[in-house]
Amino acid sequence: MPADQPLVVISRSGTKRWVSAADTAARKVGLRIGMSASKAQAVIAGLTMMDADPVADAAALERLALWALRQYSPVVAVDGTDGIVMDTEGADHLRGGEEMMITGLVNMLRGRGLTGRAAVADTWGAAHAIARLTTAETTVVPIGGVANAVVGLPIHCLRLPPDTVQRLHVLGVETVGELSAMPRAPLTLRFGPEPGRRLDQLFGRVAEPIEPLRTPDLVGVSKNFQEPIGAAETIEKYVRRLVGQLTAELEQRGLGVRRSDLVIHRVDNTRQCLRAGLAKPVRDPARLSKLLCDRIEKIDPGFGIERLDLVAVMTEVLEERQVASSLIEEDVVDITPVIDVLANRGQRLYRLSPVASDVPERSVMRIAPTAPETGADWAVKWPRPSRLFAHPERIEVTALLPDQPPAVFTWRGKRRRVKRADGPERIFGEWWQRPREMQAVRDYFVVEDEQGERYWVYRAGDGVDLETGSHLWFIHGVFG
Amino acid sequence: MSHARTSRLIDDLRERIAHLEGGSTRKAAVLPFGVPDIDDRLPGGGLVCGAIHEVAGGGSGTVDGAAAALFAAGIAARSKGKVLWCLTRPDLFAPSVSQAGLHPDRVVYCEGDKDEDVLASMEEGLSFGGFAAVVGELVRLPMTASRRLHLAAEKTGTMGLVVRRWRRQTEASDYGNPTASTTRWRVSVLPSEPLPVAGVGRARWLAELMRVKAGECAEFEIGAPDAKGRICLLPVSADRPDTSSWRGSRAS
Repeated sequence: MPADQPLVVISRSGTKRWVSAADTAARKVGLRIGMSASKAQAVIAGLTMMDADPVADAAALERLALWALRQYSPVVAVDGTDGIVMDTEGADHLRGGEEMMITGLVNMLRGRGLTGRAAVADTWGAAHAIARLTTAETTVVPIGGVANAVVGLPIHCLRLPPDTVQRLHVLGVETVGELSAMPRAPLTLRFGPEPGRRLDQLFGRVAEPIEPLRTPDLVGVSKNFQEPIGAAETIEKYVRRLVGQLTAELEQRGLGVRRSDLVIHRVDNTRQCLRAGLAKPVRDPARLSKLLCDRIEKIDPGFGIERLDLVAVMTEVLEERQVASSLIEEDVVDITPVIDVLANRGQRLYRLSPVASDVPERSVMRIAPTAPETGADWAVKWPRPSRLFAHPERIEVTALLPDQPPAVFTWRGKRRRVKRADGPERIFGEWWQRPREMQAVRDYFVVEDEQGERYWVYRAGDGVDLETGSHLWFIHGVFG
Repeated sequence: MSHARTSRLIDDLRERIAHLEGGSTRKAAVLPFGVPDIDDRLPGGGLVCGAIHEVAGGGSGTVDGAAAALFAAGIAARSKGKVLWCLTRPDLFAPSVSQAGLHPDRVVYCEGDKDEDVLASMEEGLSFGGFAAVVGELVRLPMTASRRLHLAAEKTGTMGLVVRRWRRQTEASDYGNPTASTTRWRVSVLPSEPLPVAGVGRARWLAELMRVKAGECAEFEIGAPDAKGRICLLPVSADRPDTSSWRGSRAS
C-alpha cells in the first residue's frame, strides 16, 4: 500500500462508526480523530478504512513493553491503551544519559515503522501528559521542572474519566494550571477525590508506583516478609534463597537466565531494582547470587524491606551437556563468570581485534570479551608504539624535504635532537571512508633522541605536493 | 650455648616460620625470564606466579609508561592462558602488545573510571584463578591494597603485574613507598642497539630490580621483548646517558 494514500481506522460504539486513528496523509487532507466514518468518506474519495482491533493493539503494546523491559529498565508497564511507562532511574546512564536514551528509543521505533513520542519527567503523570500533548518527538523535563512544564497543558491529559473532563470544561477549566489553582475542598465535593489525586500524582506530591509488566512466561519468584528486614546479611540470605528457587524453576523448563531483576519493595511503598546481566545463559545459583549480592550495598533498606521479587526477564534455552573428562586435552578456562562480575559493576570490558586498515587509529576495533576467537593478528611488521595518542600533537620540526626524518623537534616545550631515525612509512588516506582523504598522505618516522626515547612522528603530506596534506608535523605515539 | 644447639634452635625456628607462612608444602611456581643472569638473581629462579610484581618507567616513562607496559606484556606473553588488563586511560596501542608476543585473543581489557575500579577489577581477576596474569595500570598502590592483591594472587597462583604510571614526573617519588609486591622493577629506555646502517635497532632498556623479597637488587641492560615475549641481556654500554636525575630516588 502506498504511504501517501490516506488511511484511517474505524471504531464502532453502538451504531456509530467513527475515526479512531488517522495517518499523516489522512490528517493532511483534513480528517480528524472523532469524525464520523461517513463524513470522512465524504471528504475524500478512495479512502482506505480499516476496522479497529483493540485486542490485537493491546497485545502488540504488551509485546513492545516486554521488549522495553528486556532492553531498558526493570520496571516497565503498559500505560493506558496507547503507551508504555518506564522507570528509568539509574538506567539512563547505560544509554548515555536521558536525552540519548529516549532519542535512541524513538529512532529504534522509527526503524521498525512505528512513530513514537517520548518524554522523561519526574513523575509518571507528567511524562504521560507531555509525551501525548507536545509536538516534539522527545522531551526531557529537568528535575524539579514538572510544575513549569505542565501548567499550560489541557486537562484531558490528567487521566480523568471523560465525563469529569467534560464537566470541568463546562466550568471553564481548560488547563492544568487553572485546575490546580482551584480550591481543593469544593473541587472534591463536586467531582470526588479523583481530580485532586491525579493532580497530586502529576506534581509528585503522592507516590505512584509502577507495577512492572509480568507475563506468564516470565519466570519469577518472590518472598514476603512478616517483619520488614534491613540488615545486609539478612537480605543476602533471602536473595540466595530466592536464587535457589529461581534456578530450580528454570531447570524444570530447561532455561538459563541472561538477565534477571531483583525488585525490592520497601515498607514506604517505594521500589528499588538491581539488574544482573550475564554473557551466557546461566543456571548456577552460586554465580547468579554472587552477581546480586555483589551489589547489596547499593540497596537502601530505609525503614525496612517487606518483599523481594526475583524475575528472570531474559532467558535462553540452556541444555545440559555432557563434558568429556580428558586426561590429555588442555582444559580451556571459561572466563565468563569474572566477565559477568566485572561488567555488572559497570566496567567496560572488551577485546581489541585487528581491522584491515593502515591508518593506525582505525586498525583497532573493540569487540565483546566473549566474542569467538579468530586467531587474527595485525599483519604489520613495522614496530608500533606502545602508547598511541588519541589526538596527535603538533610538533615544531627542522627537517629536510621531501623525505628526510626530522633533525630536531620540539614537543611540549622540550627541544630534542634526533640521533637515529627510521622511515618514512607512507600511509595513504582511505578514500572509501571519507572523500577528503582521496589525496591524503601521512609519512611516519620512528625517531630516537639523545636520551634513547623513541617517538612516532608523522608529517601530513608527502613533502612535495600540498594537495596531500598541510606539511605540518605531529607526534602520534611513544615507543617502549 | 654450644654451636650444635644453636643451629638446631635456628632450624626449629625456620621450620616454625615455614609452617606459619604455609607456602612451604608446595613449591611456588615461577615464570623464568629464560635469561640465566636475571633468573639467578630472583629467588626460585624467576618471577613467582602467585604474587604481585610492580613495574614503573624511568624519566618520562613515569608518565607514559610505554616501556613498563611492554615489559609487563612480555612477561604476560610467556605465561599460558588469558590475561586481564585493567586500565583507566585507554591509550595502549594493541598492535605493539601483539608485537611483544601477547596475541590479541588472549587479552581482555577492563576499563574503569578510577584507580579504585582498577584495584577492584584486579582483585576479582586474581581471585578468579582462570587467568594466567592480571595486569593493572595504577597511579597509587597503597600498602593495604597491594596486600589484598597479594593475598588474592597467592590463593590462586595467578601472577599480578602492576604498571605504575603517574600523572606528573614529580609524583614518581611515590615509588619509594613500601608495598607488598614481591619484586619491583624500573624500566627506562636506553639508546637502541646500533645498526650497521641508518635506522633504529632493537629497543634497549635498563631494567633495575629495585626490590626483591629474599634477594638482592640488581640492574640489567636488556633488549625489548621479541615476538615471543622474550627479553635478552645485552652488554653494558659505555655511552649510557646520564639518568642520575631520577635514579637518585632509589628506594629499597
